[in-house]
Amino acid sequence: MTPVLEVDRLSIAAGGRRVVEELCFGIAPGEALALVGESGSGKSATARAVIGLLPPGLAPDGGEVRFEGAALAANSAALRRLRGPGIGMVFQEPMTSLNPAHRIGAQMEEGLALHTSLSRTQRRDACIAMLERVGITDAASRLNAFPHEFSGGMRQRIMLASVMLLRPRLLIADEPTTALDTLTQAEVMDLMSGLAREHGTALLLITHDLGLVARYADRALVMQHGRAVEQGPAAPLLDHPREAYTRALVDALPRRGVARPTRPPSAPLIEARGLSVTYPKRGALFRRAEMFAAVDDVSLAIHPGEVVALVGGSGSGKTTLGRAMLRLVQSASGQLLFRGADMTRQSGPALLDFRLACQIVFQDPYSSLDPRMRVRDIVAEPLRLPAGMAMAERHRRADAMLDEVGLGGLGARFPHALSGGQRQRVAIARALVRDPAFVVADEAVSALDATVRKQVLALLRDQQRRRGFACLFVTHDLGVVEEIADRIVVMQGGRIVESGPRDAVLDTPAQEYTRALLAAALRRPGA
Amino acid sequence: MRLRPNLLIGGTLLGFVVAVAATALVWTPYDPVRTNLRRRLVPPSNDYWLGTDEFGRDVASRLMEGAVTSLTVAASTVLVALALGMAMGLAGGFLRGWTDRILGAVNDTLLAFPGILLALGLLAVLGPSRWGIVLALGLAYAPSVARVVRGSVLSIREREFVEASRALGNSEGYTLLRHVLPHTAAPVIVLATSLFGWIILAESALSFLGLGVPPPAATWGNMLASARPFMDQAPLLSIAPGVMIATCLLGVNLLGDALRDLLDPRDCT
Repeated sequence: MTPVLEVDRLSIAAGGRRVVEELCFGIAPGEALALVGESGSGKSATARAVIGLLPPGLAPDGGEVRFEGAALAANSAALRRLRGPGIGMVFQEPMTSLNPAHRIGAQMEEGLALHTSLSRTQRRDACIAMLERVGITDAASRLNAFPHEFSGGMRQRIMLASVMLLRPRLLIADEPTTALDTLTQAEVMDLMSGLAREHGTALLLITHDLGLVARYADRALVMQHGRAVEQGPAAPLLDHPREAYTRALVDALPRRGVARPTRPPSAPLIEARGLSVTYPKRGALFRRAEMFAAVDDVSLAIHPGEVVALVGGSGSGKTTLGRAMLRLVQSASGQLLFRGADMTRQSGPALLDFRLACQIVFQDPYSSLDPRMRVRDIVAEPLRLPAGMAMAERHRRADAMLDEVGLGGLGARFPHALSGGQRQRVAIARALVRDPAFVVADEAVSALDATVRKQVLALLRDQQRRRGFACLFVTHDLGVVEEIADRIVVMQGGRIVESGPRDAVLDTPAQEYTRALLAAALRRPGA
Repeated sequence: MRLRPNLLIGGTLLGFVVAVAATALVWTPYDPVRTNLRRRLVPPSNDYWLGTDEFGRDVASRLMEGAVTSLTVAASTVLVALALGMAMGLAGGFLRGWTDRILGAVNDTLLAFPGILLALGLLAVLGPSRWGIVLALGLAYAPSVARVVRGSVLSIREREFVEASRALGNSEGYTLLRHVLPHTAAPVIVLATSLFGWIILAESALSFLGLGVPPPAATWGNMLASARPFMDQAPLLSIAPGVMIATCLLGVNLLGDALRDLLDPRDCT
């Protein structure tokens, strides 16, 4: 049988440098191949080269891509006819891959109008049927909705629906679920592989996540620095990796650490009592907006030196709770106690003392560091308060802190000259330089590659062990918390639905929601 | 750092204009305001490099004197507009709520007038004088600065490093000055350089209407305005100040571009 896609010694150059080097692989009809690698490995460039959509600056530099036996020349009219009915593509960012100015029905129909001779009503019926297939309820009326009316997961379903409408023989999915939380990720992936199977579509899945490979791919190809490191059937490759790099990737999957002995009971360091945070819903023009409780009557106590994981899907209120415990958002009702003192409405010196003792590490190291400040100044800034430390001493401490997080000598750089992992280390250094008693880590490793995530997680854990701060680790991924959490708290719809010691929650989850989160978590296969 | 053509050319042009103005402070070939009705509209010669105007005043001297006036008026006006506009924009964008609504309403009202008309009205009250013009034009152009600054503050204040600064315990004022203000630099510099041009032109328009810097003091604007009736007899009379205005504006714009690039940390490494 002719393979759907054959890539024969494909090379891609950026300027004078090759980012993909003589890559060879093939995909049989109906097969799912995963292209695995970390950022910069050339996996996305490969996918884009296949469909002839390389970004400016990148150009093919030898080799051949054959679709169903026929060679594809870049930018040819034949290739353009193939895009859609032959090869479909789903992009990473569902927030930007649908045009916000058009109704989704019109966007879905575009491909059908271009590539088929269906009548307007036939096209509309096909769209409705496909939307229903991807789980959008009330599809007929939703055709008239705009992309912003849907959540990220829904948009990715719609994107998938509009691509699968044309029944392509090959579907290229470039990190299709990286921007989604674990629960949604699992749903969208299940849907994608289900649809591919129904239509006999071959799947080229680009991902940095080995967890996805284990579950959704028949074969895997591991890439590093533009070269194929290892390729073969997915399960054996993950269970018995032959190459060191593959082994490193597999090892980077989260694994449960040894549980620490439970500590003797002590007074809580920080405690939320019946805390609620409300936001106004989008109301009508002249009507007072209704309030919506993002956090609804939540009580949570964290003891000194304890690592608590706060887990939930997007919209569960976990991030808001984390912010409310630092008083970065004001609570509507309830109490926030810090070392027994009521912090709910404090201001002035009392609030400053609280701020001095608490810190936060944000999810996105690209926006949490001021791009106009040098790394040393960013890390030295917290030492401005309490007043009194000389500038030279602040800089000396900042440099020492940078050494500790493995960034010695990079103090003079600006954030844009650092990688994502390095930036997150800067953010951690800034949070810890004042020796806080309590740190909120808000999805602190979610934006990082697997191996980098492992390193940053290890850094956080080591610093926690050494400095003994209490930590509230907010995440959507249960896999991540296995390594460091003492206790797990699960949130859904603004409320805590389950909490307990880590092993108890992971091994014998009481709630259906927790079980769903666990099932969706990307864990080491077989573990 | 690479040698930037913008910086080089802009610096040279503006440097030339500033040098001319600086020379005028200590020396001009003739007294720029002394009239000599027997030597009206004399063509360029060794005695009068650029000829004389309709009152027999030396054009070269007036051009030099005009450089001083036009540069000080334009620069001080830009400073006034920036100070007012940035204060309004920062306050409105950062504090939001009622402050923003009130400032926004004031701003919109001011924007509803054409800038030059607003300046005219203010000047009618203040009376034509050098500092009256600075104040009037400064007030007239402050709302556009406020708009630009407010817009960029609104987007910057949502970035996480601003929240991080709050979490560190920094005061709102410190956060505003340290983490928000610097990020408004790029649009503000671009706006300031174009404001500089508008203001030189606005000053000449006001002079034309008799509300500019009062005669006999020379500005490029009033020279241009008074040269208009003699365009066919003595074209140099209008070309000379025109060339100076163009040189100055080109210099300021190129320098502004270069400055904006220099302030962007992405180019510093």
